[in-house]
Order: sequence, then structure tokens, then C-alpha cells
Amino acid sequence: MNVNEALEIVSQTNPGMVRSHNEDSVTFDAAYGLVVLADGMGGYNAGEVASGIAVSVLASEVRHRLEEIGPEQKDAESGDDVGVAVLRDNVKKANLSIFNAAQSQPQYAGMGTTIVTGLFYDDRIAVAHVGDSRMYRLRGEVFETITRDHSLLQEQIDSGIISKELAKLSKNKNLVTRAVGIEADVLPEVHLYDVEVGDIYLFCSDGLNDMVEDEDIGATLQMLQGNLSLAATQLIEQANDNGGRDNVSVILVKVKGSYATPSGWWAKLKSWFKN
Amino acid sequence: MTAKLILSMDGVVIKEYPLTKERTTIGRKPHNDIAIDNLAVSSEHAAVITILNDSFFEDLGSTNGSVVNGAPTQKHFLQNSDVIEIGKYKLKYLNDQPTQTSSADFEKTMVLRAPVKQAKPEDGFNQTQGGVGVAAKHESTTQFNTTAPKVDVAPTPVAVPAGQTPVAIIQILNGPNLGRELELSKNLTTLGKPGVQVAVLARRPHGYFITHVEGASFPLVNGASVGEQPHQLKDHDIIELAGVKMEFYLKT
Repeated sequence: MNVNEALEIVSQTNPGMVRSHNEDSVTFDAAYGLVVLADGMGGYNAGEVASGIAVSVLASEVRHRLEEIGPEQKDAESGDDVGVAVLRDNVKKANLSIFNAAQSQPQYAGMGTTIVTGLFYDDRIAVAHVGDSRMYRLRGEVFETITRDHSLLQEQIDSGIISKELAKLSKNKNLVTRAVGIEADVLPEVHLYDVEVGDIYLFCSDGLNDMVEDEDIGATLQMLQGNLSLAATQLIEQANDNGGRDNVSVILVKVKGSYATPSGWWAKLKSWFKN
Repeated sequence: MTAKLILSMDGVVIKEYPLTKERTTIGRKPHNDIAIDNLAVSSEHAAVITILNDSFFEDLGSTNGSVVNGAPTQKHFLQNSDVIEIGKYKLKYLNDQPTQTSSADFEKTMVLRAPVKQAKPEDGFNQTQGGVGVAAKHESTTQFNTTAPKVDVAPTPVAVPAGQTPVAIIQILNGPNLGRELELSKNLTTLGKPGVQVAVLARRPHGYFITHVEGASFPLVNGASVGEQPHQLKDHDIIELAGVKMEFYLKT
């Protein structure tokens, strides 16, 4: 099965109940198993510009690279999988584009964006993120956050200053410690995970997880896994019913089958003929 | 808006102290930020650590101890209108910045950048074990001390917004489960047989909605198909799904 057939992907974005415009940007490319979600920040429409640049750089550059080389191959420069390197390199590239735009155009000064992007290949997923946009995974009964926010609150939780329970009472929400486009360089966090058939991956902006408890998000996915687009609608609806104070975006990816890269000469030949 | 402590005794306000410093000390000696000249107060009695909009109270091993909201307390994550008692003195913590504010500006995600104040080691929340800093940018973030003890207070239960939507019941009208009732206590409840026909009932602020999830046919409400779109339920509507008839009604 190729990645296009193995995955079902839906995405939705909504301005929420309070904000006049949507600073989130989302896209996915089923043919390459790529998903990108960015949550922009900055005055006027600068947030939209920043998240828009991030998403378009990722989408076009990753596709461009993968036309030349498979994501399961080794990247000559870093020694990592091309799938990992391609996300890391292009988050950095997006960072520079946004940073340069912000430097040259006064109305964009200080703009930036968070990002979470995943590349599904060879029965695995590479996920890169910067800031507090998240990826969750539902595997069987277990629903968990896979990415760890680059935020003040998460650092406080990690260091034991504040418990996860008490963190809900904190007034220091929405302070990210890393963002794309704020400085000349950025360090994306990139990890590689094995994927199992039946997994559901949720990529979301903080407009979802600030408004809806993780438990409710997990229960929604569990109940509605038979209808992914309805699950996405229900998640956004719940965020908006709870106040919808921020833009809310979700991308859902369901793994319907194995998409291991064929190995061995016969399998390679077969897949070559199929194309 | 800066949080503040209001010092009072026997209901008489003595002074207000804005929490502008990262560390505000309370004690008998005059060098304290909040100096209380009373023998029941230790020379360095307690401190309040403020990290942006959050403040933490810590007793510094005082002789007579500190009481927060009526309970003896070592460390506490201060919440608006908490009352700290030291001897006969009361310090009321005021921070009316809402946690989830209605002001859209505040909720906007912001980037915390250097040079945000870096905690000096001796300025830490935990005196003996290094600092609580405000993390700045990536690699130059202040290293938090991973062994710093947790603020051990019982978590105040987060108030669940009381559902304005009345509780509803689904009662089965035919088949082997005839008469069985299901209370719609969650935001979402699925009905039906997976793989055959499933619908979801969503409780929303303005009522209950049924939506088709999977299956070849759509659920019927009062004999009519609801199609793919959510359909709002009225009191005593009859739902038919995978051959099972049920009545929706609001609990009174």
C-alpha cells in the first residue's frame, strides 16, 4: 500500500467565536503523507502572513525534495532519514523567510508562528514542532500528547514547579518559548515514531486544547473514529461551545493500512512497475 | 495589572504591596519588603515568588509557621483572594487577571524573549536548590532545577462550567433492551452498532443534536431521515437507529 492509500486525512480550521480573523494555516498533501499546521501571531494580519508562509514553504519544499529522493533514504549531510532532515531543514527555511519578511516590511515586524508538521513514510511518522501547536495520538484506548509544548508553562511542569493539575489555574498561558520567524535561526524539535494500523493522529492549534480538556478530545476521537470529518467538526464545535476564544484548527490522520517502503529487489521492481 | 498583597490586622487595612519584584520577602527585620514588626513573625518568615502573572507563597521555615486559607502551609500557588495568615496579621492576595480572560489581547499567544529576567540562583523559589527563572529563548533558557520540590497543595478542583443544558434521557422503546434508559451525561454519546449504523448525540449549550456517524442509512427522527447534517432534538422526539426505537426526553 502506498502512503496515499494507507492514510485518511481531513483538516478543518475555524476563526472561533471571538477573533475576527483566522491566523491559523493548515495544509496536507496525501500523496506524500505530509501535514502542516501553523498558528500565527503578530498585529493586524501579520499572524496570517507568518503562518501562511510557514505552511507554503513546508508544502512546496518538502514535495520538491521528495520528488528527488525517498524519505526513508539517508540524508548525506546529517545522517538522519531524509524524512527527518526535510522537515527540520524546511522549518528553518520557513523561519528565515518569515524573519526576512518581518525585517524588511515594517507592518510585519515581530510576526511569527508556531508549527507542527508530520511526514508519514515507511510505517513511521516524523514530526517536527516549534511552539505550542500539538500532535496527539489515539492508539487503541490510549490518547496522549506526543509533542511537548515549547512554552513557559510546560517548562514549569517539567521542572516540577507546578503540577499538571495546578497548571490549569496558571495565568501564564500562551507564552511560547520558541517560535518560527522571530529570530534568524530556530531549533525545531524533530522525532520519529513507529506507526500502527488503526492509529489516529490529531494535529491542532492551542485554540483546541485550551478550550477542550484532553479527556474530552480523546473521547471524541474514540467515539467518532468511524467518521473522521465529523470528528473534526465536533472538536471545533466543542471548542466554540466552550467559548472559542482563539482560532481553532485540526488535522486528523487515520492509518488504515501498512505503508512500509518495499525493500528487496523484487518488491522494488514491482512498485516501480506499478508507478 | 499587577497582583498585590494587602496587609491587615483585625480587619483594618495597614498597607498594600504590589508584587512587582520576582521575590517579595515577608519578615520581622526591616530589610524585608513586607516588614511586620511583631514577635510572632520570624525575622525572615516567608517569601512570595512572582513569575509573570503567577505568584507562589513559600514559608521560609518560620518558627510559628504560616496559614493559607485556614490551613498550615509550606508552599502554595496563590490564587485570587487567597488569605495568608502570619501571627495575627493577614495578607490577602489579589490578582484579578482572569485565567481565561475575555480580553482577546491577553490570550494571544506571545513569544517570551530574552532578555526576560533571568533568575539569579539565590533568587530561586527553592532557596537551597537553584532557581526558578523565566525561561527565555531556546538554548539560553534558564535551567530549571528538576529536583525542585513540587508545590504541594491540594489542587483546587477546576470548576466545570455548569451545563445550562438540562440533562436528557434516551429510553429504548422496543427489542431486548425495552425500557432501558440512558442518561446523556457526557458532551457526546454514541448510539447504535459499530459497522452497522452509528449516530452521535451532542450536548451543546443550546440543546441536543443527533448526527449520523457511519452506516448505509441515516437515523430517523419521528419517522423522517435526518440526512448527514446535525439535527436538533426536541423533547419526546422518537429516534430510530439500526432497528431500535427510542424516545428522547428532557429530565425535569
